[in-house]
Amino acid sequence: MNTEKQLYTVSIYTENNIGLLNRISAIFQRRHINIESLNTSPSEIEGVSRFTIVVYMDEVGMKKIIGQIDKQVEVIKAFYHTEEETIYQVSGLFKIKSDLLFEERQIQNIIKESNARIVTVNKDFFVLEKSGKREELKDLYEKLSVFGIMQYTRSGRIAVTKDEMKISKMLQAFNNN
Amino acid sequence: METQTITKIQEIKQITERISGSEAIVRCLIEEGVDIIYGYPGGAIMPVYDELFKFQDKIHHVLTRHEQGATHAAQGYARISGKVGVAIATSGPGATNLITGIADAQIDSTPMVCITGQVASHLLGSDAFQETDIIGISSPITKWNCQVTKAEDIPSVIAKAFYIAKSGRPGPVLIDITKDAQFSHFDFSYEKCTKVRSYNPVPKTDIQTVEEAAKLINQAKKPMIVWGQGVILGKAENQLKALVEKAGIPSAWTILGASAIPTSHPLNVGMVGMHGNYAPNILTNECDVLIAIGMRFDDRVTGSLNTYAKQAKIIHFEIDPAEVDKNVKTDIAVLGDAKASLEMLLPLLKENSHSDWHQKFKDLYAIEYEKVIKHDLYPTKEGLTMGEVLKEINLQSNGNAAIVTDVGQHQMIACRYADFNITKSNITSGGLGTMGFGLPAAIGAKMAAPDREVVSISGDGGYQMTIQELGTIFQQKAAVKIVVLNNDFLGMVRQWQQLFFEKRYASTEMVNPNFVAIAEGYYIKGKKVTKREELAPAVAEMMASKDAYFLEVCVEKEDNVFPMIPSGASVSDIRLE
Repeated sequence: MNTEKQLYTVSIYTENNIGLLNRISAIFQRRHINIESLNTSPSEIEGVSRFTIVVYMDEVGMKKIIGQIDKQVEVIKAFYHTEEETIYQVSGLFKIKSDLLFEERQIQNIIKESNARIVTVNKDFFVLEKSGKREELKDLYEKLSVFGIMQYTRSGRIAVTKDEMKISKMLQAFNNN
Repeated sequence: METQTITKIQEIKQITERISGSEAIVRCLIEEGVDIIYGYPGGAIMPVYDELFKFQDKIHHVLTRHEQGATHAAQGYARISGKVGVAIATSGPGATNLITGIADAQIDSTPMVCITGQVASHLLGSDAFQETDIIGISSPITKWNCQVTKAEDIPSVIAKAFYIAKSGRPGPVLIDITKDAQFSHFDFSYEKCTKVRSYNPVPKTDIQTVEEAAKLINQAKKPMIVWGQGVILGKAENQLKALVEKAGIPSAWTILGASAIPTSHPLNVGMVGMHGNYAPNILTNECDVLIAIGMRFDDRVTGSLNTYAKQAKIIHFEIDPAEVDKNVKTDIAVLGDAKASLEMLLPLLKENSHSDWHQKFKDLYAIEYEKVIKHDLYPTKEGLTMGEVLKEINLQSNGNAAIVTDVGQHQMIACRYADFNITKSNITSGGLGTMGFGLPAAIGAKMAAPDREVVSISGDGGYQMTIQELGTIFQQKAAVKIVVLNNDFLGMVRQWQQLFFEKRYASTEMVNPNFVAIAEGYYIKGKKVTKREELAPAVAEMMASKDAYFLEVCVEKEDNVFPMIPSGASVSDIRLE
């Protein structure tokens, strides 16, 4: 098994329950593993939530953590995947002074080249949205920071896997037991 | 027609009744077959206590002297009976005082339901009087926990709590119920929980893994079994015995597995681990197939993992998939319930006797006997040993007593030397190593099994951590036999200071009170033994007593527990001196 550290995307299907986040994050905390990013959202199944957590660690440890997450009563199933096994995106918002949009021609080129989208513009500021890989956002951030960014934020990773998850089947099996 | 309607309405009325949340809590406990609960009242749980007063003919509430005592008593009750132990406390400090017992139950897989009162829901998060975030605090140490803020949720949450606590790998569950939920009224009905859709307590056993395991066991020349508490929790004692006897496999146990097979069984080769027996530790590193059943390869069992059973194929029978490959990489994992999977395995096994291999265990036992056991059980020096006290208890109880221990040297000695004829007879804090566990756990054990002799064995350190529970013993007239092995030291820590910290005895010497006087202060008859000739008559008097009895035995101050695997060393580097 791989003992080299790498980024893993952890996908956890759960009941929508107060306090479950606490239980899941504690499992990482116990082993002194830093969570790189975390996102919670509804999933493709009604009433089932999905956690997407990115961690940097080795596979041996990853497997043990997945087992410990999986055994939480309200976790339906936990998976881990490598970068190659998932399609993933992050999203970033940049708030920038409106004057710059007109004064600095370069900015317009940057927006166009980066496939960023203007969400809103008013007389004081405009907001750019960019979805993509983390590196692409980093790149855009570096280019824009030359002109000054009023606010910047980046979302946690969201990911879908190339493989099937079979959660509905699992739920059916639970119900038939 | 009309009478039919009336009957129907009456039927519905029987099913649902408008009652308070607090009454519902007590009624739910009765529905779950709870007869004894342990706890301590306080502001946020008072409505429930009011109902307990009304239902005292159905549920006996035991007032412990500290909430920690309530959890340990509930654990003792659960461990000896196999039923779910129940502890109850108020919010804030009442709830936080439960934490040590909950952590202990979590790591030792003890089924327990804890109910805590909570401030009214409109006060949550406001730092109200006696408010504490017990859900947040208890999350990492409970199998499941849940806060209830509406009375109508009480029945379903309590039903789920009992189901989760006892199913699969058991564990503690905490339910936190706000005071307004206890006060408000709703239409009560109760239905037991039989499944939770996201929870799979017993993984399905794959017959192929059982067949592979059988093949390995049949081919093995030097097989060895190490069983744990999973055998007891899974009620698989008979299946294990049948397996051991059919395949003729020398079998050892972890501390929590003790008593699943009688200590006198010829193929029972003793305890593994840090202070376990010489033979099973050494031969762990010589066996060709290691069959682990319902145990979790704790570091106190394995010593250094880098040198643990590297030569052996490892088969792991386990109910909790997260335990497989957690510490030791297994070759074959048989998931599922111990009883069911051993039943699948049995017909596939060939009859065998491995007598040459078994002889090796006997030879090593002979070495351990000469170097250690003889001196512990039949000392020639003046001072009393802990071992000879255990020998005397064995003799006078015929090995039929339930032994409840605390944590430290006396615990290791008790587990090494106690005779166990009956399963569920070793009640001890294994995983957490909670000093103060013994005395309150013995109360719970005695109340769950009043016909059994329950002997609490503690050291002078741990005994004083929960000594106030003598009050509970007195009030409940619980006939617990209390033995304190007094060496005026925190003995295990002192042993480590002697061996690894050049005898710098930092804060391990105890200046102790008059223990007999304290027991007598609680109207418990007590005796102190300092000489060998006093021991047998004193134990006899204790065993003959119909009531609780306190026996202090002053033992050699600086005796050490051997054999010992030093921390981080290999099991085969076990030291005899």
